[in-house]
Amino acid sequence: MTENELAVLSIADLQLLLRRREVSPREVINALRARIEAVDLDIGAYLSLDIGAAIKEAEQANVDLPLGGIPIAIKDIINVMGQPCTCASKILHGYRAPYDATVIQKLRAAGTIPFGKTNLDEFAMGSSTENSALKSTRNPWDLSRVPGGSSGGSAAAVAAHEAFGALGSDTGGSIRQPAAMCGVVGLKPTYGRVSRFGLVAFASSLDQVGPLTKTVRDAALIMNAIAGHDPQDSTSLNEPVPDYASNLGNDLRGVRLGVPKEYMIEGIDPQVKRAIDIAVKQLNSLGANIVEVSLPSTEYAVAVYYIVATAEASANLARFDGVRYGFRAENPKDMLDLYSRTREEGFGPEVKRRIILGTYVLSSGYYGAYYLRSQKMRELIRRDFANAFEKVDALISPTSPVAAFKLGERVADPLQMYLADIFTIAANLAGICGISVPCGFAELEGHRLPIGLQLLGKPLDEARILQIAHAYEQSTDWHKARPPIAASAGEGMKTNPGPTHEPFNWRDGF
Amino acid sequence: MAGTSDLDVAYVARLARINLTEEEAKVFQKQLDDVLQYVEKLREVNVTGLDAAAHALPVFNVFREDAPRQWFTAEQALSNAPRQAKGLFVVPKVVE
Repeated sequence: MTENELAVLSIADLQLLLRRREVSPREVINALRARIEAVDLDIGAYLSLDIGAAIKEAEQANVDLPLGGIPIAIKDIINVMGQPCTCASKILHGYRAPYDATVIQKLRAAGTIPFGKTNLDEFAMGSSTENSALKSTRNPWDLSRVPGGSSGGSAAAVAAHEAFGALGSDTGGSIRQPAAMCGVVGLKPTYGRVSRFGLVAFASSLDQVGPLTKTVRDAALIMNAIAGHDPQDSTSLNEPVPDYASNLGNDLRGVRLGVPKEYMIEGIDPQVKRAIDIAVKQLNSLGANIVEVSLPSTEYAVAVYYIVATAEASANLARFDGVRYGFRAENPKDMLDLYSRTREEGFGPEVKRRIILGTYVLSSGYYGAYYLRSQKMRELIRRDFANAFEKVDALISPTSPVAAFKLGERVADPLQMYLADIFTIAANLAGICGISVPCGFAELEGHRLPIGLQLLGKPLDEARILQIAHAYEQSTDWHKARPPIAASAGEGMKTNPGPTHEPFNWRDGF
Repeated sequence: MAGTSDLDVAYVARLARINLTEEEAKVFQKQLDDVLQYVEKLREVNVTGLDAAAHALPVFNVFREDAPRQWFTAEQALSNAPRQAKGLFVVPKVVE
């Protein structure tokens, strides 16, 4: 098996080869290294990668553990001991994590090798990865387009077969939306299902860590490793964790699926709408009953989200003050100057914008009108879902109303960028789980651009949405499609329309 | 420099301890005025009698044993400090 053939395998297939000793963990790392050298100058998925540490871990890997010897890429907002954790921000320049996040400890316990840190919108604030202060990441299906965001590096790495699977974080769609735009699977677990300890906090009541993978089964395998109670996270749920990979079948008889009528909005791209309509028919032909449901508070979700998320961000990001870690402005004349200039020079525009909005909506005289009102609105949104889930087992919608857009196309208008999150953010506000699975392609300017189908499930019902997503996936060929850049190593090098990049730095992204 | 909303970006930026250039303040004012105008729609909704929700499966009163455990040494805690000396973070003088 060539390195290239190895790199395109799913985690489940790789697991078999490793257990049979047909490949070694060291060979797996070498295969990824070769892929990254061939394509990552074009894609820009990774911010940093300590190849020496990965090889050392590969040599000690126990391939009989559940995910033994399998490298997993990590969004650079999750602490991995000894590695940088930049959050794609200048303000964490020079920081090295002194500890492992709980999800990393759990991945290690399952035998995986945390492998490389992937690009994101600064502090996960964005939907295109263009808010990274460190690097631009390109969509493997069309290098002139964004990979989605904020977990754009993780999604692009998996799509370009530079990673077998990756962790992302999802505050308003940041796992599901880039998964959709890059043609991979992305799961946002129920709030509290996966520990947030060691995930740098953006909006604490919305953030969840989850997997981005090539197949639904792989997402289930990673969930088996990372889900569960953590005493270090007081919001984590002390509930039993099922074996998510054990009941993945092909039959959907008796499953009830709801199509929210409020999601059939004008702004949906016709090609996206068509793909979703066909997917719904496909689910129906697999035995699922499809009914229309109503989520009446949908039109308020984006507004509620941008108040709650910015309010929490303004408090969480107060810790980046130039005192204890990261960047500090030169020659401060006093403490106030140290704080204000460190934050001026360290944060990018989107982060500043959100901190200012969040500070405002929490300020005296405005708290009740904005923040408290929004928290109450969350109860309405939660009730909408609870009512819908009395009639159906899961909801179906597009993940994003549009396929991947061009780099630079939307950066000037933050509100338009926010509105594109319409289908994903309500799940975070209600705390429920959701998954995006590839369901077709849009054709734009001669490129095929992936479209994602979103399934939303009841709280703690990840097993169910994984089952539905798996049955759908196995009845289609979408997950087998590969972007041009992954067809053969190095092919994409000739097609890069962008600026020349710095040579890939194996130790550190900046 | 207020815009169409009550938000005064330059003032709130000072509260948030972020220096802004005049140019930045102007751009943010316009962009955030747009966002605040959009969120005005929340006022249409009657929220009386609703409790604030922050969790799909609320957990309350999460306690742990108040027991010492191994965590960072002072050295590890200081390992990322931009400036440190004698086991302490160093910052500009705060009191005369």
